[in-house]
Amino acid sequence: MSKEKTSIKKIFTDGLFDKNPILVQLLGTCATLAVTTSVSNGLAMGLSTTAVLVCSNLFISLLRNFIPKEVRIASYIVVISGFVTAIELLIKAFLPEINKSLGVFIPLIVVNCIILSRAESFASKNKPFLAMLDGVAMGAGFTMALVVVSAIREFLGSGTFLGVRVTPVSFEPALIFIMSAGAFFTLAFVIAGMNKIMDSVKKKAEKKEVK
Amino acid sequence: MGLLKVSASPHIRHEDTTRVLMSDVILAMIPLFIWGAYIFGPRVITVTAISVISCVLFEYIFNLIVKKPCTVGDMSAVVSGMLLAFNLPATIPLWIPVIGALFAMVIVKGIFGGIGKNIMNPVLAARVFLFASWPGHMTNYSEPLVRLSFFDKITEADAVSSATSLTVLKGGELPDVSVFDMFIGNMAGCIGEISALLIIAGGIYLLVRKVITWHIPVSFVLTVALITFVFAPDNVSSLNFMLSEILSGGLMIGAFFMATDYVTSPVTPLGRIIYGIGCGALTVFIRFFGGYPEGVSFAILIMNLFVWYLDRATKPTKFGGRVKNAKA
Repeated sequence: MSKEKTSIKKIFTDGLFDKNPILVQLLGTCATLAVTTSVSNGLAMGLSTTAVLVCSNLFISLLRNFIPKEVRIASYIVVISGFVTAIELLIKAFLPEINKSLGVFIPLIVVNCIILSRAESFASKNKPFLAMLDGVAMGAGFTMALVVVSAIREFLGSGTFLGVRVTPVSFEPALIFIMSAGAFFTLAFVIAGMNKIMDSVKKKAEKKEVK
Repeated sequence: MGLLKVSASPHIRHEDTTRVLMSDVILAMIPLFIWGAYIFGPRVITVTAISVISCVLFEYIFNLIVKKPCTVGDMSAVVSGMLLAFNLPATIPLWIPVIGALFAMVIVKGIFGGIGKNIMNPVLAARVFLFASWPGHMTNYSEPLVRLSFFDKITEADAVSSATSLTVLKGGELPDVSVFDMFIGNMAGCIGEISALLIIAGGIYLLVRKVITWHIPVSFVLTVALITFVFAPDNVSSLNFMLSEILSGGLMIGAFFMATDYVTSPVTPLGRIIYGIGCGALTVFIRFFGGYPEGVSFAILIMNLFVWYLDRATKPTKFGGRVKNAKA
């Protein structure tokens, strides 16, 4: 029981910080760079990926004893694309605006390396409940990073937050931040900031241990 | 005894320091600055001063923050500041040079390790950054001899802007400005890029002082001249078209002052010639087929990224090293 408790905590710190899919593992950067032009896009992308991730992790974990090793990647892709299709149809039906702005990047969740990497490295080796939690944690880490990057880009590139103007009229937004070059700058600085924070947290922990 | 002393290389020393070289570059640029101020009015002085001060200040602050030795004394930040201002139109809002300086000094130069380590020319990268961010301000060129006073506030509604010769050339026609006016620099454009005459004079001074070598500027300009002469549109005179192309926009200042930046250009003569040809060809391709009328800054930045490969590919053979095609 106690063993499971610690591993749940570990799943969450891994997903959000230590193994954050974007900021530490640098997975799924193409989606990150492409859709983070506004907070609403980033949030929508993060949440839909999380939904797919949770479902695919759960089902791959359930099927882990039935999938032959030789065809496992293909089987994972079948499971993942099933859920992506479902999510895509749901978004098309209920959130047509989001569908318009995310466009091709929703079907492209299928090839998002985060999902495949979690399937391969976690879901196929763990029990369904843990696999689902891992999906939630990794999805939360992904969404968090997307929202941070897109908030910075939307603020500097259009002077707005969630589409609401938050800067004075005299502020002239730098268009480069909503272009792909700005995405690279922003992502690099967010990763640098994240490393700085993680370093100082680690140092503090070490100091505590010494005491 | 002195003869027998063994010491590590370099054995031949020279008193040239970065500071001496950079002071020469500044000296070569001062005529451009005076000409810019004469053509576009005293506002040029304000823009240049702000740009230089912010470059120096950002370099100083960055060195303080990252606890590196202060490199402001080598004057390279002053050169960057002047070149940055020379790449802006005289109507530019006064906060833009500050942002440009921040980008050039901190993001392009400082973060990559300071002077000598940057992979791109900081000034050109800053120009492209500003160009992509505020295209309206960056292309708001004033008419020559319409002199703006020190702190003229220019709004976009003022419509002082005039089409540069490059926009006209892009349409496949010859600009209204005569070739002679273009040569002496009586035309619309950025502060420091207009006068080919003074840029060439400054370039010759740098050549004589051995601050730069002829390879990059000559191969750069000749490549542009050759391609534009051969591929000039049918309805205009090839010679006029070629001269207009090489005298318009940032080609001259780019070839003499930007592409020759020590840090971001190759060190071998052959490497420099290939680099210059690459810059020239890319410039013409972007001018002919690209989305923007001007391609010099993009061309130089792209070639900056090939410098490492060019240096490696054109490495000279060591004395006593393997002889090529040696036959026994």
